[in-house]
Amino acid sequence: MPTMNIIQAVNSALRIQMAREPKAVILGEDVGKFGGVFRATSGLYDEFGEDRVIDTPLAEAGIIGTAIGMAVYGMRPIPEIQFSDFIFPAFDQIVNEMAKFRYRSGGQYPCPVVIRTPVGGGIRGGHYHSQSPEALFIHTPGLKVVLPSNPYDAKGLLLSCLQQDDPVLFMEPKKIYRASRGEVPDEAYTVELGKAKIVREGEQVTLIGYGAMVSIMEEAAIKAEEIGISCEVIDLRTLLPFDLETLVESVNKTGRAVVVHEAPKTCGFGAELASSLYERCLGVLEAPIERVAGFDTPFPYSLEHEYMPNADRVIGAIRKTLEW
Amino acid sequence: MSGVQAGERKGEKAATPMQARGPAFAYFDLDEEAKARGLFSILAEDGSYDPANVTRFDKTLCLQLYRGMLWTRLMDRQFMALQRQGVLGFYAETIGQEAASICSAATLEPQDWLVPALREHGAGLFRGMNFENFVAQLFGNANDITRGRQMPLHPCDRPTNYLNMSSCIATQISHAVGVAMGMKISGVGNQVCMGYMGDGATSEGDFHVAMNFAAVRKAPVVLICQNNQWAISTPVSGQTAAETFALKGIGYGMESLRADGNDMFAVYEVCKYAVDKARRGEGPTFIELLNYRLSAHTSSDDPSRYRDESVTTMWREKREPLIRARIFLEKKGWLSEAEHEAMAAQIESTIREVVAKQRDVPAPPLRSLIEDVQQTPWWRLEEDLAAMQELLAKQ
Repeated sequence: MPTMNIIQAVNSALRIQMAREPKAVILGEDVGKFGGVFRATSGLYDEFGEDRVIDTPLAEAGIIGTAIGMAVYGMRPIPEIQFSDFIFPAFDQIVNEMAKFRYRSGGQYPCPVVIRTPVGGGIRGGHYHSQSPEALFIHTPGLKVVLPSNPYDAKGLLLSCLQQDDPVLFMEPKKIYRASRGEVPDEAYTVELGKAKIVREGEQVTLIGYGAMVSIMEEAAIKAEEIGISCEVIDLRTLLPFDLETLVESVNKTGRAVVVHEAPKTCGFGAELASSLYERCLGVLEAPIERVAGFDTPFPYSLEHEYMPNADRVIGAIRKTLEW
Repeated sequence: MSGVQAGERKGEKAATPMQARGPAFAYFDLDEEAKARGLFSILAEDGSYDPANVTRFDKTLCLQLYRGMLWTRLMDRQFMALQRQGVLGFYAETIGQEAASICSAATLEPQDWLVPALREHGAGLFRGMNFENFVAQLFGNANDITRGRQMPLHPCDRPTNYLNMSSCIATQISHAVGVAMGMKISGVGNQVCMGYMGDGATSEGDFHVAMNFAAVRKAPVVLICQNNQWAISTPVSGQTAAETFALKGIGYGMESLRADGNDMFAVYEVCKYAVDKARRGEGPTFIELLNYRLSAHTSSDDPSRYRDESVTTMWREKREPLIRARIFLEKKGWLSEAEHEAMAAQIESTIREVVAKQRDVPAPPLRSLIEDVQQTPWWRLEEDLAAMQELLAKQ
């Protein structure tokens, strides 16, 4: 089986979809001839032509607005927003239009747009190339939000998104775009949406996260084991709808939970996860649920590593839950 | 029920050179800036016209157009009265804009798409949108095919390719362009999309973005700006410093036309020109149709607070589209006073019958609240609905 990084896995999923679905259209800034600034669409322009791999004018609202029109017409658009920091000109189109089309048309017009966008920090990108705005979209009824942590899931989840009829925000963790490598089949396969994955089993504390934070949690779990603490690590994979059952099952076993994400803590997705777990697990919890998150600041440049959650901060939170 | 359906227009002649179609058509030979600054018109305010300019319009087509406009006018009157009685929650009239709305959409074929703004519901009905469904949407009742999800006047009708109006303003223009891009990419051919906006929409970023995408991608789209001169309380002078809205289109490299929006023939001709052009694969057109909002913005508005209503009276008495259309039809001997009365009576009784059928239909079932958010409701929606049903069962 070939080894791929996340970029290659995404590219492989896109190539499969473009070959098998004539209505599939890729559009975005620099996605055509150039193959995208991260090369996720590399080679697709040559293979599928300029009408199906469209280099658009530089306007995110137009990329999503026209993708919506294409989707309700019956196409299967796959727009790319170059960095999720630049998604905000299209916020209205995503929140008020794309996510609402099925509902407000009474189901007459599904809007199967799958937006791909790189997310997260750790690449020395400063404020405008590092943000994690997932919570804004998880708060939007009508969307699905997906954020893989490795190449196998990236390809399988993306192919799942492309085969269903709801609009999706597919966020790709750019810090590990190339660093995360693994075996990925060349052929098509799917990873089920809405299902979390237990990436490491443990007994005392449940660590919950997604995207680039999964490897941070694994690193923390290994270090914790060295000092005699057993952690279970769960990769959410789909953020909306999220897999509460798997989390509840784990927390019922461990009695403790730490939620990790890069985005600011206040009203971050960790707040929703913690609240949902309190509703279901209050009786078994041995300690308050800890949140390890980015600071409630704009994303910084020079102090990026201090801003981002790391294994030490996760271990600090693990200790707090044990010492409470 | 298809009371206002346009029906087939058979025996359409092949395109004639513009100059051969009467002196007014010299407009189409002007340079691009002159077209955008000018005003194409055929039927004067007093109903007079040069016969050489109206050779396309036979009795059948004229009566179809007039009936569509009259339907819109009479429907507005009844629904506005129902709103004032508290029967409808909200309404917005098309009064004064019937020609721009109906006669533009009349140039489309059944396979074409229409992306409306606020005052195109008459156009949707003209294209065959089911009137029972439309009225059910006004009431948001269990018969509403959009399932009571939005305020009145947000119909959506897949059978006639009529998309949903968005209150956001201008977001729909990109959708129209996207639909047209889809038509072009899929290679179906022979399809055109017509997208509408008001004058206020031209100030939004989405207008700029959509115009640019349409022109760059040479989409088969016709973008129509109904310049009714008011965006709620903001006059044109507060909206733009440009001399005309049509001039804006030139900057995008798009052919831009401007016509008297109260002249049914002028509206039809500029739109037919643009639709035919798009259908031939020759790209998009921007059209400004100049008219005047004779009504309030909506049932929630009171224009006497911000505008000189003597100007409105002047437009109502001298420039309003139905009066001059009727003068024309009477001169031609195509619609007598008695025939007009019969046409109006038939329309009004149909509207009354449908309203009577729909007004007391109950709201959609509770479960519809969580349906269509996505293809299948996710677990939280089911959980919250079940909790509510349990609560209701106890009461």
